Amino acid sequence: MNGWMQHLIVAPILIPLVAGAFLLFFDERQRVLKAMVSVLSCLALAAVAITLLRFSGAEAGFQGVYLLGNWPAPFGIVLVVDRLSALMLVLASVLSIPALVFSLARWHAAGPHFHTLFQLLMMGLNGAFLTGDLFNLFVFFEVMLAASYGLLMHGSGSMRVKAGLHYIAVNLVAALCFLIGVSTIYGSVGTLNMADLALRIGELDPDRRMLLEAGASVLGVAFLIKAGMWPLNFWLPGAYSAATAPVAGVFAIMSKVGVYVILRLSLLVFGEGESAGHGLNVLLYGGMATILFGTIGVLASQALGRLASYSVLVSSGTLLAVLGLGNGEVTAGALFYLVSSTLTISAFFMLIELVERGQDAGASVLAVTMEAYGDADEEEPETEVGVTMPATIAVLGTCFAAIGILLSGLPPLSGFVAKFVMLSGMIGAGVQSGGTIPAPVWWIVALMILSGLAALISMTRAGIRTFWASMEGTVPRVLVMEMAPVLVLLALTLMLAVKAGPAMAYMEETVRALQHPAGYIEAVSGARRAGEAAATTTAGEGD
Amino acid sequence: MEFVLALAIGIMTGSGVWLILRPRTYQVIIGLSLMSYAVNLFIFGVGGVKSNAAPLLGEGVDIAALADPVPQSLVLTAIVIGFATTALFLVVLLAARGLTGTDHVDGREQPK
Repeated sequence: MNGWMQHLIVAPILIPLVAGAFLLFFDERQRVLKAMVSVLSCLALAAVAITLLRFSGAEAGFQGVYLLGNWPAPFGIVLVVDRLSALMLVLASVLSIPALVFSLARWHAAGPHFHTLFQLLMMGLNGAFLTGDLFNLFVFFEVMLAASYGLLMHGSGSMRVKAGLHYIAVNLVAALCFLIGVSTIYGSVGTLNMADLALRIGELDPDRRMLLEAGASVLGVAFLIKAGMWPLNFWLPGAYSAATAPVAGVFAIMSKVGVYVILRLSLLVFGEGESAGHGLNVLLYGGMATILFGTIGVLASQALGRLASYSVLVSSGTLLAVLGLGNGEVTAGALFYLVSSTLTISAFFMLIELVERGQDAGASVLAVTMEAYGDADEEEPETEVGVTMPATIAVLGTCFAAIGILLSGLPPLSGFVAKFVMLSGMIGAGVQSGGTIPAPVWWIVALMILSGLAALISMTRAGIRTFWASMEGTVPRVLVMEMAPVLVLLALTLMLAVKAGPAMAYMEETVRALQHPAGYIEAVSGARRAGEAAATTTAGEGD
Repeated sequence: MEFVLALAIGIMTGSGVWLILRPRTYQVIIGLSLMSYAVNLFIFGVGGVKSNAAPLLGEGVDIAALADPVPQSLVLTAIVIGFATTALFLVVLLAARGLTGTDHVDGREQPK
C-alpha cells in the first residue's frame, strides 16, 4: 500500500465531508441531484472501505497508518486502519446504502438538509473508527452526535422533538464525561495518542496509574452511555423508536461505536501489564443487567418500534457481557454477532415502518398515543413515484419472520451462527481448562438463551397481531425501492451465515491482532513521514 | 491558586448537576452550561496550574517554566464544540416549547 493508495485511509472521512458540504449549495427543490450525490458518496465509501478491508486482511499484522498534516506519530494525529477499524468501516458503509435508498422513497423530503446530515453522520462514524488519538475521537464523536441530533428530529413532530431533547441532554452530559476522562488521562500519562498511551502505561508509578485508571473509567462511562449499558440506557428506546425509519436504520450502528471504542481501548491499554483487565467486571455484570433489562423490555413492548429499540439493548448487552469475559475466542464470536445483529436491527427498523403503514392508527395502544402526540402529521399522502411491490404481504411477512429468526438466534441465518460461536467458546473454554465453568459464564449463557426466547415470543406475538389477526385487512402500499433495502440487508445476513467460515477466520485474526497490541503500537510509532528516507523500516507503512 | 480553581470547578459542577436534574428545560440548559465551564476549567487544570508562564517554546527557555500548551488547545476545542452543541440544544428547547406548549422536559406538566 503505497503512493496514492496511502491516501485511501483518509478518504472515508473526506468523501462524506466534501459531499455533505457540496449538498449545502443546492436548495431542497433539487432533490434528485441531492439524492444522487448522497448515494454516490455512500457507494464510494463502500468501495473505499472494502478496499481497505482487503488490504488489512491481505497480510497478517498489517497496519495502515496515516499521519495527518505529516506530523510524526505521538505529536500529531494519526489515522490507523487495522482489521477491526476496516471491519467497522465496511459495516457502516454497507449499512448506510440501504438506509439511504429507503429514505429516497419519501423520508428524505420530510425536512431540510437530510442528505447533508446523513453524510456528516457517516463522516463522524468513519472518523471515530479510524482515529488513533483520544481527543480526535472526541471531536469525531461530537461530529457524529451533532449530525444525529439533526437526523433524529428529521421529520419534526412533537414526539421527535421531545425524544431529541432528552437525547441531546444525555449526550451532552456524556460528552462532558468524555472530556473529563480524556483530560485526566492526559494529566496522568502526558499523551493522547492511543499507541503511545499503551506504550507508556507500563512505566507509570502507582499514583499516576490510579489517576489513569480513574480517567479511563470516567471515559468508559461516556462510551457505555453511547453503547446503552444499564443503567445508562433509559434514553435509548425513546430516541430510537421516535426516529424516522431510515434514520433508526443507521442509528443501529451508533450504539456499536461505543462497543467498538471499549473493545479497542480495553485491549490496547489494559490488555497486559499491571492494569490488565481494568473494568472488565463492570462490562460483564453491566452487560448482563442490560440483557435482562432489554429482555424485559422486548417482552413488554406493544409497539414494534420499541421492540426493535429494546433489541438494540439486548444486542449491546450481549456484546458488553461477552467482552467482559476477556476470552479471545468468545470475543471473535462477539464481533461476528456485532455485524449480524447490526444488520438485523437496521433491517427491522425499516421493515417496521412498512408494516405499520398498513395498520389503522388504533391497531395498538401506543399507536393511539402516537396519534395524540402528532406523529400522524408526517403520514400525509405524498405523490409517490415508483413501482409498487407485488405480493406485499407475503414479502413483508417473510422478512418479518426472517428478522424474528435472526433476533432469537435460530438457524439457518447468521444470528444462530453468532450465538453458537459465542456459547461454544464460553463453554468450551471452561471444559478445556479443567472441567469447571465459572458461575458468570453460566449466567451469560442462560441470559443469552432467555433473551432469544423472549425475542421469539414477542416477535411471534407481534407477527400474529400484524399479519394474521389484522382487522381491517388493508394492504400497505410499499414501493420496491423501500422493500429492496430490507431484502438486501437480510440477504447479507444469509450470506454471512453461508460464508461463516471465512468471516469467522477474519474475526479470529482481528481478535488475535487486538490481543497483541505490539504490532499496532510499533506501526504507529514507526510510521514514517512523507518525504522521509526509508532508512528505518518497521511494520509501519508511512509512505 | 489551585484551591480557588478547585473550588470554582466544584461549585460549578455541583450547581450544574443540581440544575440538570430539575424539570424545566431552561434549568437544564443552564446546568449544562455550568458543567461545561467546570469541565473546561478542569481540562485547563490538568496541565498543571501556572501563572505568568507562556506556552511557547523559545531559545534558552527552561521547559519547566513553560505552561503545557496541549490542555490549552484542548480547552479551546472543547469550548467551541460545547458552544455549538449548547446553541443546538437551545433551538431544540425552543422547538419543544413551541410544540408542546410547556417548558417541562417531558413535554407535559406533572399532574398536581
